Amino acid sequence: MTLPDNWLFLKQFTKARIALGRNGVSLPTNEILNFSLSHAQARDAVHQPFDSDQIQSELHKMGLSTLTVHSCVKNREEYLRRPDLGRKLNLESIKKLEKAYQNPFDLIIIIGDGLSSYAVDRQAVCVIRALLPYLKKLNMQLGPIILAHQARVALGDQIGSILRAKSIAMLIGERPGLSSADSLGIYMTWQPNDTRNDADRNCISNVRPEGLKHDLAAFKLAWLLEQSFIKQISGVRLKDESDNAALSDTIKPLYIA
Amino acid sequence: MYKTILANQTWVFEDLKTVMAKASPLRSGDVLAGVAASCDEERAAAKMALADIPLKTFLEDQLIPYEQDEVTRLIVDRHDKEKFQLISHLTVGDFRNWILADTTTPEMITSASPAITPEMAAAVSKLMRNQDLIIAAKKCHVVAKFRNTIGLPGHLSTRLQPNSPTDDLQEIAAGMLDGLLYGSGDAVIGINPASDSLPILGKINQMLDEVIQRFEIPTQSCVLTHVTNTIQLIEKNIPVDLVFQSIAGTEKANTSFGINLNILQESYEAALSLNRGTVGNNVMYFETGQGSCLSADAHHGVDQQTCEARAYAVARHYKPLLVNTVVGFIGPEYLYDGKQIIRAGLEDHFCGKLLGLPLGCDVCYTNHAQTDQDDMDTLLTLLGTAHIPFIINVPGADDIMLNYQSTSFHDALYLRRLLNLKHAPEFGKWLEQMHITDQMGQLQTANSNHPLLASLPAGE
Repeated sequence: MTLPDNWLFLKQFTKARIALGRNGVSLPTNEILNFSLSHAQARDAVHQPFDSDQIQSELHKMGLSTLTVHSCVKNREEYLRRPDLGRKLNLESIKKLEKAYQNPFDLIIIIGDGLSSYAVDRQAVCVIRALLPYLKKLNMQLGPIILAHQARVALGDQIGSILRAKSIAMLIGERPGLSSADSLGIYMTWQPNDTRNDADRNCISNVRPEGLKHDLAAFKLAWLLEQSFIKQISGVRLKDESDNAALSDTIKPLYIA
Repeated sequence: MYKTILANQTWVFEDLKTVMAKASPLRSGDVLAGVAASCDEERAAAKMALADIPLKTFLEDQLIPYEQDEVTRLIVDRHDKEKFQLISHLTVGDFRNWILADTTTPEMITSASPAITPEMAAAVSKLMRNQDLIIAAKKCHVVAKFRNTIGLPGHLSTRLQPNSPTDDLQEIAAGMLDGLLYGSGDAVIGINPASDSLPILGKINQMLDEVIQRFEIPTQSCVLTHVTNTIQLIEKNIPVDLVFQSIAGTEKANTSFGINLNILQESYEAALSLNRGTVGNNVMYFETGQGSCLSADAHHGVDQQTCEARAYAVARHYKPLLVNTVVGFIGPEYLYDGKQIIRAGLEDHFCGKLLGLPLGCDVCYTNHAQTDQDDMDTLLTLLGTAHIPFIINVPGADDIMLNYQSTSFHDALYLRRLLNLKHAPEFGKWLEQMHITDQMGQLQTANSNHPLLASLPAGE
């Protein structure tokens, strides 16, 4: 009864749901069932708690120091309804960061759970590991890694501002897709402060093994950081032309493509 | 100050934007902004107060001051005073009756459109039930053209959106071919790139253009990147059909998108100069969505639906080919569940069409919203009956790059079959020539040796 599509070979080129076949104008039963299972799994991924202790111990093993902070959000339900609270640190966290501040760093990396703690669990440490050699090459001073619970992207501006960082990179769980519950986004901002908005940030999205690989994400971030420090800008005025070798300064890919 | 006196309570509303906000059907974004009605009675009272306000008031009392906001200045400066005489005697309540009356023809609505400000459109929509929004939108006829004709009654177009998380050309092509063989893509073949990199954007654009040229497809391509990127692509002689930009309804929100009216004008003129359209020269493609102003902390205390309608005033200034609300994309803090998304989709479609735009919809949701594909079926069907010019098509409804669910090629087939809707005429003819559809416009199953399937670009 099902009319199959005669281009199943195209499936090798994409993870998208193509060549599904049809019954009349409708999806075959097995595709309806597959879709509803994926949706159920993505829904579940949104609500998984952020295990920052696990990430902290991995970072400590790499010789990096960490600080754990919380936004003003109390629980997941509030996180979903009140993004404004997810952009502000709670009082305790502000005090903690103020106390920890000693001298300005070139870069503060923040790991925030965002909408998928599964993404930060799997991708964040790998990206940082791949980034460290570039930072060394750039002679960039990295501050403590900040682990942020119930975080929105703009929470990084407040963190960077308290720590007087020259730049920040927020590694945050992206909204889970049906086919990718563990996708990480990276937002880089030059001179973070509370007047920054989306146009001031450079974004590297879909960081995961099946998407933008850790090594390539780290290279892109390093390229943007170098250009950002040279030009003293970030955001829409700083174009990502990292794949144009002629435009590179110090930063060249360390990995083999 | 506005007042509604009920038997045992008098409701007072400080100013026009307060009446507007409190008259809005409940949605999480207005609650988040602190502008929503405190209870259902206050909402009903606000609607009563709003119904009595003359349309003229919206010309005298700007929700966001003229001096502070270039979108307000655009609305005021471009207002057609002559055409306003058609409706200048009406209150908001009368305006609803006027739109719905049999004596008001589609031509009269089209004629009045340049005299309708977004605030008037938003206000009247707040007094409308879903069925009003549907039947009124159906009455607004808007047609736009580039290489085909979009928005004719009895027709439905689709944007083919085969995104790739890594901007892989073969992945994009595979999804595109699947879509074309399902009869999708007459609104635009439009890719949301993962990258901001100009060389990558250029390559995607060239690949889409090559397929369109090689098979002489009467459609247009678009790479949905920031408008400043597209200007650079045009400068590098990349074959750009349409210029895309996300826009919002206040100057401050647009600033947060890195744009202003001058930048949009510059891109509009650049695209016009290429003269790549064949049957028309509508060259802009905009996306919008309720909540974007609040998200940028740029709403000035105005409710999110009114802010959205103001974005349409920005859009119509540049005579776009396509405008669509990405209605459920923004998330549950603005539209919490299926009910709110469905309502917003119908409001956006109606307001956009009333303001003279070919307003389509990305019938969509994210995985952190309280909704599912059943709600999308409902909204899709309602918008089909409201005669929506175009919808978004993603393979299997699952966008693997933007991580949200939209509507699929199958969903478009469903709507065409249910409501007997045809493709854009030029594109429909092409589908038949390519043996993708039969003479009745029904989909056929293409053979594995179909010429389109031999067009996959080589791997890198």
